Amino acid sequence: MAEKVLMKGNEALAEAAICAGCRHFFGYPITPQTELAAYMAKKMPKIGGTYLQAESELAAINMVLGASAAGVRAMTSSSSPGISLKTEGISYLAGCDLPALIINVQRGGPGLGGIQPSQSDYWQATKATGHGDFQILVFAPSTIQEMVDLVFLAFDLGDKYRMPAMILLDGMLGQMMEPVVLPEAGKTVVPDRPWAADGHKNKRPHNIINSLYLDPLKLEQTNIERFKRYEKIKGTEQRCEELHTEDADIIIVAYGASSRVCRNAVAAARAQGIKAGMIRPITLWPFPVDTIQKRLVSAKAFLTVEMSMGQMVDDVRLAVNGAKPVHFFGRTGGIIPSPPEVLEQIELINGGI
Amino acid sequence: MRPDLNLLLAGFGGQGLLFGGKVVAYCGLIENREISWLPSYGPEMRGGTANCSVCISDEPIGSPLVLSPNALIVMNLPSLEKFIDTVEAGGSVFIDSSMISKRVDRKDINVFYIPATKLAEENDLKGLANMVLVGKLCKELGFCSKETLFAAMEKSVPPSKAELLEKNKKALQIGIDYL
Repeated sequence: MAEKVLMKGNEALAEAAICAGCRHFFGYPITPQTELAAYMAKKMPKIGGTYLQAESELAAINMVLGASAAGVRAMTSSSSPGISLKTEGISYLAGCDLPALIINVQRGGPGLGGIQPSQSDYWQATKATGHGDFQILVFAPSTIQEMVDLVFLAFDLGDKYRMPAMILLDGMLGQMMEPVVLPEAGKTVVPDRPWAADGHKNKRPHNIINSLYLDPLKLEQTNIERFKRYEKIKGTEQRCEELHTEDADIIIVAYGASSRVCRNAVAAARAQGIKAGMIRPITLWPFPVDTIQKRLVSAKAFLTVEMSMGQMVDDVRLAVNGAKPVHFFGRTGGIIPSPPEVLEQIELINGGI
Repeated sequence: MRPDLNLLLAGFGGQGLLFGGKVVAYCGLIENREISWLPSYGPEMRGGTANCSVCISDEPIGSPLVLSPNALIVMNLPSLEKFIDTVEAGGSVFIDSSMISKRVDRKDINVFYIPATKLAEENDLKGLANMVLVGKLCKELGFCSKETLFAAMEKSVPPSKAELLEKNKKALQIGIDYL
């Protein structure tokens, strides 16, 4: 087995992307994501890849679009305000049915906000990463090993379904170090892209990559076809981790950094004899609706914990659909909730059920 | 099961606290335990207060942010004042007494005063007070063997800075030997 190394989240994401066959990175610096771009700047030229610091986020995402259209694995990374600038390009990527990996190391917002960890881009990532009718795949790692694994999955599923994929994390996960085992480099097979607009010496009719449809009927039909694909993804690609949910009265729903805090709180609650558990979404889109609904009978209440004013809680409420109470607790602006704060919420809910 | 280490290292940016934390984290990695290392980041890295959380455990680590440390290494007064009350009862505090003249009032914790900056300078190891404190931490808490600590140092110093390895090891030894 490969050696366990200590790596920062941001650097592990970069190394994993390289291992997954990505040789084209386009970015623009922003805290707390910068180590990712810096790692790429150092490594890509040595392995025949392209690292390009664009003149703006807008330029970077359009370079990703161009590279992906030409048939290569391409990616970009940024943090919240930078992702907002990239949303136009992400919508075009979706409209062109192009895969691409986008990493958002979230910080507090809105506006320039702050630079400390946050989860307040959930709505943006899962509901509207740009204008128009579309979804992107959204993954939410909670450990550095999982970041590495999800980079591979995000590239592979992006290719499989021809759509952009996002890895949504936050400044805490980006900055922290944990042991990680990297997969062997050079083992990845990047799938063929027969749709790519690359050179082919007139061997086939030329491919067109476009998102402009002036005929409303044609645009409607294209969107309907795309949403059939989304339905299939919702049926097959939901992922989550369950912790002590079988007998849990109170089920926490939390992802990423806040799920780590909740892991401590669940352990503390169990130590007091409170039957607490957790569902940790690994895919935020598709949201793990099936697992939440599976636990509707046994659970007495749900508690969503986020580093935001309450965004994912909407999806939890939709999944629960009024069957059980859904509570919310969050800290925002760059504050990480503490395990005792979450435990207090669990105790409050436990007193009322 | 071995006890958890929830360590906070705090001081000015540039005192090497993040690096000190990395060496401690590597000790856990070498002994195949669960570990996390989390730095503060942002403007405080440019000369203000910097701190770093390190967790070592036999269980998967939840929040990597250490709010109630059972060990604190502290290298400036603002950090001592900020964090001293957060230390768990029974915990240990390692103070660079050449940087901080204040004494700690709390009676429910173990406090070690080490003139780390002075010791480093006297031994031609300027800037390695961090390692003197890490050496003392390891000796007093025994969370890993001396061999592991030195091996962790070897993993933490990049090959391009190999000339610093011996100096760092010497600083660790001074901390281990300090009574």
